[in-house]
This record gives sequence, C-alpha cells and structure tokens, in this order.
Amino acid sequence: MTHAILLGLQQLLRGLRTTLEVSAIVLVAGSALGAVTGLALEYGNILVRLFARAYVDTVRGIPVLVLIFACYFGLPALGLKLSAFQAGVTALSVFAAAHIAEIVRGGINSIPRAQTDGAMAIGLGFWQRLRLVILPLAIRRMLPPWVNAAVEIVKGSALLSLLGVVELLLAMQNVVGYTFIVLPFYGLTALLYFAVNFTISRTAALLERRFAYLRY
Amino acid sequence: MRAYHYNWFLAWQSFPRFYWGLALGLELAALSLLIGSVIGLLGAFGRTFGPGWLRAAIVAYVEFIRNVPLLLLVYFAFYGLPKAGITIFNNVWSFVVALSVYSGAYLTEVFRAGVGSVPVGYTEAGKAIGLSAWQRTFLITLPVTFRIILPSLSNTFISLFKDTSLASVLAVPELTYAADWLNVNTFRTIEAWTFATVMYLCAGYAIALVLRRIERRYAVIR
Repeated sequence: MTHAILLGLQQLLRGLRTTLEVSAIVLVAGSALGAVTGLALEYGNILVRLFARAYVDTVRGIPVLVLIFACYFGLPALGLKLSAFQAGVTALSVFAAAHIAEIVRGGINSIPRAQTDGAMAIGLGFWQRLRLVILPLAIRRMLPPWVNAAVEIVKGSALLSLLGVVELLLAMQNVVGYTFIVLPFYGLTALLYFAVNFTISRTAALLERRFAYLRY
Repeated sequence: MRAYHYNWFLAWQSFPRFYWGLALGLELAALSLLIGSVIGLLGAFGRTFGPGWLRAAIVAYVEFIRNVPLLLLVYFAFYGLPKAGITIFNNVWSFVVALSVYSGAYLTEVFRAGVGSVPVGYTEAGKAIGLSAWQRTFLITLPVTFRIILPSLSNTFISLFKDTSLASVLAVPELTYAADWLNVNTFRTIEAWTFATVMYLCAGYAIALVLRRIERRYAVIR
C-alpha cells in the first residue's frame, strides 16, 4: 500500500509537470496570436477588424470545452491528424489568444489619443510610435490582466484530461482508480492547483499595485 | 486526405436533443446563480461586518475556489462527496452543488464590491429618519447594492451558462452532451460541433441583449 501511495504521488507530480508544460506552451502561443489579433482589432482596416472581431467574439462566446472537443474531433475529420495533446494545446491557445487580444486592445485603447498625436507631431512612423510611445505605456496596463489570464489557462488545462492527456487532474483520477484513496488525493490535487494559481494571481495583484501610481 | 461528407439532415433530426440540452443548461445556470447569490450575499456581509475568524474563513473560501479548476470541483461533488458520506445528490444535483459553490466565491467578491459602493450618504439618511440597522440593510443597502451589481450578475450568468458545458462529463444531458452524443453515435462530427457552437453563440447573445435592457431599466442614476 505504501508503495502504491508513493507511486501515486510520483504520478501526481508528473501530471503537474504536464499541466505546467501545457500552460507554458499555451501562454506563449496564445500571447503571440493574441498580440497580433489585438493589434489587428485596434489598427486594422475594416476587413481585418471584422475578421478579428468575429474570431474573438466567437471564441469568447462558446465554452472552452466545446472548442476543445471541436478541435479534437473536428480537425481530424477535416483531414488534419493531431494527437490529443496537440489538439488540446491548439484549442486552449486559440481560446487564450481571443482573451489576450481583448487585453491588448483594451490596454492600447486606454492610452490617451494625445500620446499618439504627440508622437506624430515629432514625426514618428507607425511602428516607431507603437514601439517607443504606445506599447511602453500600454504594457503596464496589460500586465496584470495578462497574468490573470495565465490562471485561466492553468485552470483550462484541466479540461485536457477529457481528451486523455495525463495532466494533473487525469493523473489524480488514475491514482484514485487504483489506490481507492479518494479524499486525500482530491485534497492534494486541489492544493497543487491552488499553489500554482495562487502564486500567479498574487503576482498579478503585486503588479497591479506596482503600476497603480501611473496616471496618463 | 479523405473527403468529409456533410449530412446536415441527420444533425437536424436530433435538434430536439440540442434544444432541450440548451434549456437544461440555462436552468442549471439560473439555479446555480440563485444559490450562488445567497452564498455571495452571506459571504459579502460576513466579510464586511463579521468577526476576524469569519472574515479569514471567507477569504480562504474565495481564494481557494477561484484558484482551482471547476472540473475538479465537479468531480469532487460527484465522486468525492459520496466517499465523505454525502450520498443524496444525483449527477444533475452534484453539478448544481459544484457550480453553486464555484459561483458563490465569485459572487462574494461581486456583492462585496456592491455593498462597499453604496454611498455613505444613503445609510446616513436612513439613520437620520430613524430606521433601525435591519431596516437600513433591507430598505437601503440591499436594493441599491442589487442595482449596482446587476451588470456583474448578468455577466456571471452568461459565464455560468458556458460553464454548464462541464456537466456533460457527468452525463447530464445538456447542450455539449447532445453534441458529443451526436458525434459519437453518428460520426457527424463537424455538424454536431457546428450546431453546438451556433446554439451557444445565439443563446449567449440573446441573453446578453435581454439582460442589457434590464440593466438599463434598473441602472442607478447618480
């Protein structure tokens, strides 16, 4: 029995590692795609804006679970061979990108128009304005909600257990399945999730306070 | 690459399954919002006016729930609670319990912000005309709080409605379960998930439209 429990703990930790891996990949991919989509929402021409808006609103309007299942079952049906891990990470990235796009758009939008006018007046081009004036100001606004989006990503990664990706939640179910020790393992798993997410959300709160003095 | 043959008729035939799934999802969300609001209201008052230990307990509850995946809570309500000796819930009710406890944590924060943003002048005016503490709570603080947080409540309802998709893992026959059923039994993969997506979107926007009207009707005029 002790052996089974030790094995179980080992499996939980391996699951936690997969959870963190999935979350890291999704955070990077989602941020990259989200930044591009956010810029498209703010600065694109009417056609680009329309596409970006349709993407963001569709993804934000449906449950993540539907998106995950649609990617897992739907993409292979259309001829794209994906493993459960790949399908899940794709779905979560698409989901995270839509949310991060709104954060990026909101952050840029909250910068007063006068900053852009000033940058234009001294003769900066579009990308120079963005790089030297708008983004340095906007990133401070985006950072706290972006870190909070990371919490949502970690929580969303639990849904990949339904595709058979052995992350923390499925690892726990496996362990419970052969040790028949239910409540302690549920508690431990919850504690692990809490430890990861609480750290992230505390960081967000800290950043928020750090940048609270900025008024522009 | 093998071509995918669409057959929308087969999907259309099981439309009632989707339709009733959508209705059940809305019911689950409404019920959870109701129970969650009671939890949230008690939590907010406990957090604002309660003794130190109660405040600490409420903060712990809110922080814990907000940092744990909903799916874990759903599994715990269905598989864990019976192990702890609570065997009164079937799959639908264990999901409602999980979603209520989940929404309760978010709503505690919502109500707390609402109670905190009632202008002090209102309660002072209540004192001035001789209302007791209970009367001030029920005649002034609560009605004004409700009006202030109405937009947050409707946002919570929409996100709870999306969260009801998780009930499909307990075989609760809601919208996602209907799509999964169609997918597994007829292999109409694209049709099934297109149906579910369109229905979630339409329902979400319809609810948002109705709730925005109600919000405008009850908005606080300052």
